[in-house]
Amino acid sequence: MSDITVQEMKSHKPLSPSTGLYRTSRDEALLKEIALEVRRNVIRMTAAASSGHPGGSLSVTDILTALYVGEMKHKPQEPDWPDRDRFHLSKGHACPALYAILARTGYFPAEELLTLRKLNSRLQGHPDFRMTPGVDMSSGSLGQGLSIANGMALAGRLEGSRYRVYVVLGDGEVQEGQVWEAAMTSHHYALDNLCGFLDFNGLQIDGPVQKVKDITPLKEKWEAFGWHAIEIDGHSFGEIFSALDEARRTKGRPTMIIARTIKGKGVSFMENVVSFHGKAPTPEEARMALRELGEVDGLSLFGEEI
Amino acid sequence: MGRIMEHTRVAYGESLVEVGRANEDIVVLDADLSCSTMTSLFAREYPGRFFQMGISEADMMGTAAGLAASGKLPFVSTFAIFATGRAWEQVRNSIAYPNLSVRICPTHGGISVGEDGSSHQCLEDIALMRVIPNMSVLVPADAVETRSMVRYLAGDHPGPAYMRLGRPKVPVVLPDDYDYCFGKAFTLREGGDISLIACGQMAAIALDTADLLSLRGIGARVINMSTIKPIDAEAVREAARETAAIVTIEEHSIIGGLGSAVAEVVTEECPTRLIRIGIRDRFGTSGKPQELFQVHNLTPEAIDERIEKALGI
Repeated sequence: MSDITVQEMKSHKPLSPSTGLYRTSRDEALLKEIALEVRRNVIRMTAAASSGHPGGSLSVTDILTALYVGEMKHKPQEPDWPDRDRFHLSKGHACPALYAILARTGYFPAEELLTLRKLNSRLQGHPDFRMTPGVDMSSGSLGQGLSIANGMALAGRLEGSRYRVYVVLGDGEVQEGQVWEAAMTSHHYALDNLCGFLDFNGLQIDGPVQKVKDITPLKEKWEAFGWHAIEIDGHSFGEIFSALDEARRTKGRPTMIIARTIKGKGVSFMENVVSFHGKAPTPEEARMALRELGEVDGLSLFGEEI
Repeated sequence: MGRIMEHTRVAYGESLVEVGRANEDIVVLDADLSCSTMTSLFAREYPGRFFQMGISEADMMGTAAGLAASGKLPFVSTFAIFATGRAWEQVRNSIAYPNLSVRICPTHGGISVGEDGSSHQCLEDIALMRVIPNMSVLVPADAVETRSMVRYLAGDHPGPAYMRLGRPKVPVVLPDDYDYCFGKAFTLREGGDISLIACGQMAAIALDTADLLSLRGIGARVINMSTIKPIDAEAVREAARETAAIVTIEEHSIIGGLGSAVAEVVTEECPTRLIRIGIRDRFGTSGKPQELFQVHNLTPEAIDERIEKALGI
């Protein structure tokens, strides 16, 4: 737990009044506190929806927090700002974490998070960019996101814009052949404005990735496809930012950051438990999870019990 | 018959060059078939806006989606079987569901692909595209209509569109000053006894069939239904109201294509006798296009005979 108080958190005003740009911060204490809040909201959202994918949302939380709070140029009040850095969640099932960080950085009210997966909600079970402010492109069907990110990177180059494109893939997702078609495209067009994360939590629906269909060696694969590849601990903000800086310095080829993560990270009884890939916590499990994540008021988001 | 013969795919490539001049947001993607689809003409003129994707159609659709999501207007070409079959789910989830303005314009639809045989003769593409929400489906009859359609698609048509082209030269049936109107059928020939509704190069075959019918004293209206989705339901209702029967003619499976689209209108809104001419739920085979039209009973003579038998006229 960080020593930032709730009061300090609420007084954190990250938007620049003159430009509308989100003022990025790499303050570790702040990042940890925000990541905890994201994790708590992932639990609340999936519990409230009685469905969703908490495991992979918790594994990718620190990566998303680092990107939205400490890396990307973006304007939460102007989601379509043409020069914004792009983000595409190719493993769309982890969208509870994406929605939570979008709410936290100011794209829509946090109250809305509890509408996840409900009828008429802007927060669909998998991301829909026509509905949710801040979502740059729809996803949900695995394997397609790297191609889309390539298209965004090519468009940025054509426009002469300096925006960068970030994309997060799941580990099981790279079993899809299209990922490797796209990997060749990124290399062929030398897309150094593109940076991928591979959320390597080691588990997929039917079991350990290694048993379902082994995807290793990963670093060597990406390198063989012409990428710059970096292996990091995906829960270390220091390592995430150092890799992001290295990616930005890498010219002439795209960078894949292979992030070792823990599925269900932060909740003891969810960590490395495959069944929490696509199963929501029960209300009792959610209460236990929230206590572990520093919440003392149970399931409430804003004082109301769900 | 003395008609001018032209490749719709050449008209497509040339038109891309023309619309690409005015609209710098237009980009073109191809999957190693640019010399067949004729996107090579665009590539030569605007190399910076042409993306060779190699033999990876799924990746090409996704890349086009990313370009469109970032404000570009991609035209995507390969053969119809790969665009709609190989990459169907990418078209559905990466393009149509986000309702992105991507123009999917493959060539080599239908049996007129000829010698390459069944693996390359796409007889299901209209059905596969028609079923996807947000997707419009266009099939130009000839080179004149192809040029007009490309100009239309280079404009602000909302969302994705599919335009099916063929391989061989086909007769020009539309007047020089023809202007494609989205969702509107075009009557090529008036007639009060029966209606022939065709798309693609079958419009020319329908006209020839009408000539044969007229020898037997039957006046056939010939309608070029070049927008399959949304279909011109009013033109279908009129045909049902004003003539005794409707015959659909397409170079596609009779399941799910033009015939089905017309049948949906007819059965729900204006029940009338309907005959669907097309590929009768079978795969193609190698041969010259003209031979294949004979095998599949798609010649004017075969269609005339079918009408005679089915309607007793």
